[in-house]
Amino acid sequence: MDAKDILGLPKTPLPIAQEKKSRPHKDSQRKPDGISREVYALTGGVAPLMPSIDVSQLKRRPPSDEKITWQWLPFTSSARKDNLQLYHWVRVVNGVPPTGDYSFAKYNKSVDVIRYTDEEYAKYLTDPKWTKEETDQLFDLCERFDLRFIIIADRFPTPRTVEELKDRYYSASRAILVARAPSPGEVASHPLVKEPYNVTQEIERKRALSMVLSQTKHQERKDAEVLAEAKRIAESRMAARAAEEPDLPVPPDIGPESAERAIGPGDTISPSNVQVHAAAAAPSTSVIADNSSTLASLRMLKVYLRTYALEQMVQAASSSAGLRTIKRVEQTLQDLGINLKPKVPTKAVCAEHLELRKEILTLLNLQKQLQYKEAEGSSFRDGSYGDMPGTAKRSQRAVDQDRTFVPDTISFGVIPGDRGVKREQKRKGPGRASETPSSPAGAHKRPRKMKASDL
Amino acid sequence: MPHPAPEAQVVDGGSASKPQRIIKLGKTTDDSDKKSTNRRVKDIELCVPIVYGTIAFYLGRKASESQSHKWTVYVRGATNEDLGAVIKHVVFQLHPSFNNPTRVVESPPFELSECGWGEFEIGISLFFHSDVCDKKLDLVHFLKLYPEDESGPQSTKKPVVMESYNEIVFPEPSECFFARVQNHPAVIVPRLPAGFSLPAPVENMNDKGRGDTKDHPLSQWFMNFSEADELLKLASARQQVQAHIVKLRRELSVIDGMPQPLKPAASYECI
Repeated sequence: MDAKDILGLPKTPLPIAQEKKSRPHKDSQRKPDGISREVYALTGGVAPLMPSIDVSQLKRRPPSDEKITWQWLPFTSSARKDNLQLYHWVRVVNGVPPTGDYSFAKYNKSVDVIRYTDEEYAKYLTDPKWTKEETDQLFDLCERFDLRFIIIADRFPTPRTVEELKDRYYSASRAILVARAPSPGEVASHPLVKEPYNVTQEIERKRALSMVLSQTKHQERKDAEVLAEAKRIAESRMAARAAEEPDLPVPPDIGPESAERAIGPGDTISPSNVQVHAAAAAPSTSVIADNSSTLASLRMLKVYLRTYALEQMVQAASSSAGLRTIKRVEQTLQDLGINLKPKVPTKAVCAEHLELRKEILTLLNLQKQLQYKEAEGSSFRDGSYGDMPGTAKRSQRAVDQDRTFVPDTISFGVIPGDRGVKREQKRKGPGRASETPSSPAGAHKRPRKMKASDL
Repeated sequence: MPHPAPEAQVVDGGSASKPQRIIKLGKTTDDSDKKSTNRRVKDIELCVPIVYGTIAFYLGRKASESQSHKWTVYVRGATNEDLGAVIKHVVFQLHPSFNNPTRVVESPPFELSECGWGEFEIGISLFFHSDVCDKKLDLVHFLKLYPEDESGPQSTKKPVVMESYNEIVFPEPSECFFARVQNHPAVIVPRLPAGFSLPAPVENMNDKGRGDTKDHPLSQWFMNFSEADELLKLASARQQVQAHIVKLRRELSVIDGMPQPLKPAASYECI
């Protein structure tokens, strides 16, 4: 490019000129004030989103005409009711100490606890479960501790639960408020009146909360499983209602089979089975449901572009697939020589394109199923490993090494049984690169590239 | 019998065979224009295939720093038919550095030519006739001036052409619109179901001169969009995938058929 530049071909200077011209306003942002260019570039060359320190203020010194000293002086605070004399360091300007209340006195807030008179108690507040003495003590503590009921409960002379104390306090205050108010309407907006304390609900709520907090991992997993199963059943019911003739035949026995396995004992292999079965079953039926709702929403539009319609349908079809799956679908399309977005998006082409994508999704799902099946098979074989999903993958290596007679599922070549190298199963398939490059084995997650020669 | 669509010039044909399918509103005695645009043809979608894009010529000797290329942006029918029956006007939104960057083209052929040096995104808004659709449709196209292959100086004879094919779909066209364009070459009308009788066809009243692009000066550069090619490729790809699926299903059923946890002993022995 530079050589062409030097040779004087007119084209190249122009694009550069364009870039400069098309961004005139960005240049003015480039000049930092107050800090050197290199330092500015450290931050990425962009001004900080929030002004942290005003740079021009940094080098300022206090005006020199003022004489500043620091002195150890006594002070008073309006927050204190006793006469305790306290001292602190004070910044004195020109011999004049600062005036005003102690700066932190304003934070001394307290709660307005309603205090009742004895007659009011006799009239409104008598309660079989509470003596007047106890109630008095309660109100004292409330005032003293600003309604911090945990502390109040701790200090309370007779043993009472927090909920009981709260209940007594709030209902008593409420009764007094209502009694003192000239009319019920006036006090109706007071928060104490508007929302009465509900003891039973509070007790129940706290119990449920502590239950959730104290759940063991095992219980959590179980709960999640059951919920997921319920969701799947609900989804498949919904899809079955909305479904037309499904493209992919869904084996009818998958439903009850997976339900059984979920409810079985805490065998951790079976959950993964459940996932796989349901994953195969659910996408096919829920995809159909999504498609019909997308069609309906398209019909609601007065006008739309064919490419837009295709995008929506593709999205609907891949709604159950994760990002990685979608990327794999796109990779497969590219391998097959198909544009991700059709060049001539007619109705027929878009329909074919959509069907192709759906079929690729099915293919990928089947591949995954096959992997899981193999993993499951091998874990049963290797008795020394525990029933852990992690070991299923590890033991899969042993499976592949053994496999000459059991037909290899996804690749199309025969794999020699002798392989000393342990491959990393998770994401990479390059362990197989030592063999013929056209047949990475199906034991790992990367889908096999498809070629016309496969068929 | 209900009165036929108001624009119908054929009088008797309409009244005799008014299909039940099309009548949505019961009252049809005094058909104003507005009423007939409210009546919709259900289950028939009209499709207008279009091609939009740009053609840019390098000006060569006549080029200056600020005007190095002459380019044209346009929207045409995919088969170069007149879009004027469907589109009322088109608004091209150019880069703000242009004078009056919002350019309105009121009649077909919907195109705009300009001179400049920069590449940018052109906004194209299609506005339809009132009986077609009251919502505009927005497209975006990137103006390309410089060819992909940068070898050698730019030719003034061979332009840089960028075209995109798309189809405008009207899922529930109004009766009026349908009547107007059912025989129009720019519009694809699907095969009508049996028993469906058409509203009276209407003379195309757009006699304002040719709006089609069949003999357009730039037509030699127009790209050809053939769906056959793409359909073939898609069909072959689908075949491959389907074959693969069949294979996998077979293998899965083999594994399923095996009793678990026992696997055939043969696998232990083949090391």
